[in-house]
Amino acid sequence: MPEKGWKELPIGGKILDAGNSIEYETGSWRTFRPVVDKKKCINCLRCWLLCPDSSIFVEDEKVMGYDYAYCKGCGICAEMCPVDAIEMVLETEKDTVEADERGIKVVQEEDPETG
Amino acid sequence: MAIKLKELSHKKDLLAPGHRCCAGCGSILSVKEVMMAVDGPVVVSFATGCLEVATTIFPYTAWRVPYIHCAFENSASVMSGVEAAYQSLKKQGKIDKEIKFIAFGGDGGTYDIGLQALSGAMERGHDMLYVCYDNEAYMNTGIQRSSSTPRAAATSTSPAGTVLPGKTQFRKDLTKIMAAHGIPYVAQATPDRWRDLISKVKKALEIKGPKFINILSSCFRGWRCAPEKSIEVTKLAVQTRFWPLYEVEYGKWKLNYKPKEYVPIEEWLKTQRRFQHVLKPENKPLLEEIQKNVDQRWEELLQLCGESSPEVTPGN
Repeated sequence: MPEKGWKELPIGGKILDAGNSIEYETGSWRTFRPVVDKKKCINCLRCWLLCPDSSIFVEDEKVMGYDYAYCKGCGICAEMCPVDAIEMVLETEKDTVEADERGIKVVQEEDPETG
Repeated sequence: MAIKLKELSHKKDLLAPGHRCCAGCGSILSVKEVMMAVDGPVVVSFATGCLEVATTIFPYTAWRVPYIHCAFENSASVMSGVEAAYQSLKKQGKIDKEIKFIAFGGDGGTYDIGLQALSGAMERGHDMLYVCYDNEAYMNTGIQRSSSTPRAAATSTSPAGTVLPGKTQFRKDLTKIMAAHGIPYVAQATPDRWRDLISKVKKALEIKGPKFINILSSCFRGWRCAPEKSIEVTKLAVQTRFWPLYEVEYGKWKLNYKPKEYVPIEEWLKTQRRFQHVLKPENKPLLEEIQKNVDQRWEELLQLCGESSPEVTPGN
């Protein structure tokens, strides 16, 4: 955000743009990143409810991964998950887990013939 | 009607991400759950504290609703002024919207510094809800003890050392003080029991008059536990009966949760390093004293709620 002088700022230090904190990304605070295994996930949405940074995407009542721009990596979601579908991976070792950019684990489809 | 998370997930989050709360902050979860219960227009005020500082660092705000920043002591009086202005404008026919008013405060701003303003606002009967997120010390300024800090907790102004084992006093029971004001609704909740919390806020917002809800919110920095455990510890606080869930509706006391077995308070203390000295063998009398106090407060609460004590051995 560009710096403003006192003449340009609203009187009383008011912030006129509600919810503009989204311009400030807190994802760089993260040491561990959550990764979800959708095969285990039961979409109970407990992680979504208990995420302090509102960083879990929910579409059509289903967990659709993480907003890594804001996720601070606290690990509450992994701790509170009733089916242990969420894994916390060290940021420096994130390449060891195959996951898409939203943190959904990529599971190799098993070939029914070679099995 | 039972509250379902799937239904709640369709609502727009009233708190935006990008706020500067610690990773694993327990108090923002309490406030997030409170805001989930709100339908329709709402005005929020916040007493100085961690959350006020972290959610509204100029020039950013995480709030998607009208929000008023106020000083440490006057969240309740600012909101009562807003409510009074609203009632007047409504009378004059200048406004016809139904607006709800919520004042927030931490335990420092509610138990200590803002108690006078809160008591006054409740006594005057303003149609507002006051929510206290109680993390049991002044966490924002560096973990100083407040009147909500439990006995024996180590804080920066009540350190545990060779002379004193942490805070020497027991905590103040503010929820009971608020119930003694004779206001229509008073309740205690935790973010772990989200359904209980959200339904309490929904119920409170339906009632006309002053309401008060006290929510135990962990602070992993001050409580000295792991950030991912911040919900787990509030769960244990309920099971050990340190933080009973109850509500007082028009003077009628109701217990919302009765643990099947009494978990000793030790289990809760174990989860936090601010109590680690209490678990040393030489401090056994102190541990017994804390357990006795928990049992006594629980018995008093059972009597108020008209419940009988179940046939289990309290404590150990």
